[in-house]
Amino acid sequence: MEKKLVVSPSPHIHSGNSTQRLMCDVIIALIPAFIVSVIFYGFNALIIAAIAIVTCLATEYLITRFMLGRENTLWDYSAALTGFLLAFNLPPAVPWWIVVLGSIVAIGVGKMSFGGLGRNPFNPALVGRVFLLISFPVQMTTFYHPAALDGTSGATPLAVVKEAVKNHQSLSEVMPQFSYSDMLLGNMAGSMGEIAAFALILGFIYLLVRRVITWRVPVYVLGTMFIFSGILWLIDPEHFVDPLFHLLTGGALLGAIYMATDYVTSPMTKGGMLFYGAGIGLITILIRTWGAYPEGISFAILIMNAAVPLINKYSHPKRFGKTVTKKA
Amino acid sequence: MLKTFKIGGIHPNDNKISKGAPIEAMPLPEKVIIPLSQHIGAPAQPCVAKGDKVKVGDLIGTASGFVSSNIHSSVSGTVVAVDAQPDASGVRKPSVTIAVEGDEWNENILRDATELPDLDAKAIIDAVAVAGVVGMGGATFPTQVKLSVPPGKKAEFLIINGVECEPYLTADHRVMLERPDELLTGVELLCRALSVDKAFIGIENNKPDAIRLLGEKAAAHKGVSIEVVPLKVQYPQGGEKQLIDAVVGRQVPSGALPIDTGAVVQNAGTALAVYEAVVKRKPLFERVVTVTGKPLASPRNLLVRVGTPLRALIDYCGGMNESVGKAIGGGPMMGRAICNLDGSVTKGTSGVLLMDASESTRSEAGPCIRCGKCVSVCPMGLEPYLINAMTKKGRIAETESLHPYDCIECGSCSFTCPARIPLLDYIRLAKTEVMKIMRARKS
Repeated sequence: MEKKLVVSPSPHIHSGNSTQRLMCDVIIALIPAFIVSVIFYGFNALIIAAIAIVTCLATEYLITRFMLGRENTLWDYSAALTGFLLAFNLPPAVPWWIVVLGSIVAIGVGKMSFGGLGRNPFNPALVGRVFLLISFPVQMTTFYHPAALDGTSGATPLAVVKEAVKNHQSLSEVMPQFSYSDMLLGNMAGSMGEIAAFALILGFIYLLVRRVITWRVPVYVLGTMFIFSGILWLIDPEHFVDPLFHLLTGGALLGAIYMATDYVTSPMTKGGMLFYGAGIGLITILIRTWGAYPEGISFAILIMNAAVPLINKYSHPKRFGKTVTKKA
Repeated sequence: MLKTFKIGGIHPNDNKISKGAPIEAMPLPEKVIIPLSQHIGAPAQPCVAKGDKVKVGDLIGTASGFVSSNIHSSVSGTVVAVDAQPDASGVRKPSVTIAVEGDEWNENILRDATELPDLDAKAIIDAVAVAGVVGMGGATFPTQVKLSVPPGKKAEFLIINGVECEPYLTADHRVMLERPDELLTGVELLCRALSVDKAFIGIENNKPDAIRLLGEKAAAHKGVSIEVVPLKVQYPQGGEKQLIDAVVGRQVPSGALPIDTGAVVQNAGTALAVYEAVVKRKPLFERVVTVTGKPLASPRNLLVRVGTPLRALIDYCGGMNESVGKAIGGGPMMGRAICNLDGSVTKGTSGVLLMDASESTRSEAGPCIRCGKCVSVCPMGLEPYLINAMTKKGRIAETESLHPYDCIECGSCSFTCPARIPLLDYIRLAKTEVMKIMRARKS
């Protein structure tokens, strides 16, 4: 008998894109920032990341296999990525059981309760982080400065500024202690993965080159933050911090590049991305300036995540032939 | 900056492995099966019977209706059957089977003519209709219909499609390189038929030799103004709407025809067929077919008589082997999988592509991760993920607001989807159903 041929509808070739590959690329993009945090925080950073990743994988495995009775989905690497991102959002001295709890909430509540990959409305890693922040405010806001080798705690730059403003101190007295070069290199107190701006930007370039994400959401988020905080700063530089300070602190880059761009929880169209990105930028500065927390991007992203279904409903791509350009 | 279309687009690996192979006339087969429906529109009516002797170029099927096309014998010999035969997709279609005897051409064909006859628009269109010329890019729309501009509309320019954006295919590329003078004369004839004095030839930048050669010849051409437009490589630039947008920056509105922008688009191969139909009075009974694919020993560009079994082409280029998993009529993006290798080459067969078994099966689809890549690559500005999801849920009627009828079925969405969701399969379903609903509403 003659060899049988496959018959299927077109197209007959594929780009080679895969969910696994995309998730891996994001993990790879996070590695420079991770290296910086290992340099500054040493073994702690490794342990926290390992606990978060392993707990996320275990949670997803147990829920898919035993509660949902589905195929194992660990090999799409999305759970590993969630764990890695959650670790980036934790203070370097956080107790191990908090990491475990946050990972279980991130995957269990943030992702699997909605049906798994592709169905969750909120960024799972941020669900985990915000759950921890609200439940364990002390442990989640105890940071230490990388230079303080004895591990004495120190506040993050944004917290220092917030405290100063609250106490009616003039910012020109407070600001000289910070240097932008330290912020670029990660020499400041903060969550594990948020401190080194240059490493986060390096990863951003990798993601752009690999076409995993586009420039849109990060630029819209950071641009809006810059413009909004810039206007405030121009009005009263003694009361409001300068826009560059906002971009380099409080996880702005980590949030804008790696969390706000999460495929599942961000809009599908260019117009939608503008609305979404600008919303995150605006809410972040609002929270940072007038809210109860010094940082605000986690909340801002979650709030805009909630708006994504609505954004998708009303923002459609530009159709071919809608704008008829007459005469060549 | 090179021109290209404005919305979406992808960059598949072009795999033009046969681009260096000159066009070669394929030896005649022993028997041809010529389908009477090789075009969009009504099938031709057979005008020969079993036992009739025919010569190359004899009429064997007459066009029935406005949108239809004449069918001619591609060989000389005896008609052995006028019945239904399975085509490449396995569908039985009325066909004429002819046993080949020698190679005697109809005496009306002026095989050596090169003089451009002085014909008016109507005479050119008539000659094209008589010769059964159809669009050779794959859509096979009868050319005389496209040249007959409806009353109230006016053609402003002609665009020749030399893009060949499908990976692997090189037939048009070879025609442009080897038959440039005839092609340009064909362009001149098409312009006269349309009463326009401006023609553009759109060629992608991956064919610099064709751009250079045709550019020089077009500059020296006496008659209408012909301009070669180099285009940035991007699929699906060969789509009619995308090409008009790329070349002249006008977008055909949804539901409208290219002529509404003043453009008439013809394929490069069609221009050559028009030249032969008018100058040589030679009907369309042979065409250049790219026979290619990684499992094939020697990929080639063959000049093949219509009705030749596809299997003969594959055998001529090295034959089937164990590693072949799929055979495709046309290119890998929009071509159709062949299920019957005894089916025939038709006027629309631009290529026969063999795929390696490892590339032939689809990967299993995963969940949509809402990455939006399908939205960003769609050249029509649609939302494939949404049409797919609605269709799967059985809410097809509601997809009308998502315009599935605009889909040109280029396959960019399925190609790019990281979750390997067969988006186009579901969009086709939605497109068909929604168009049915719209037609029912109209009547």
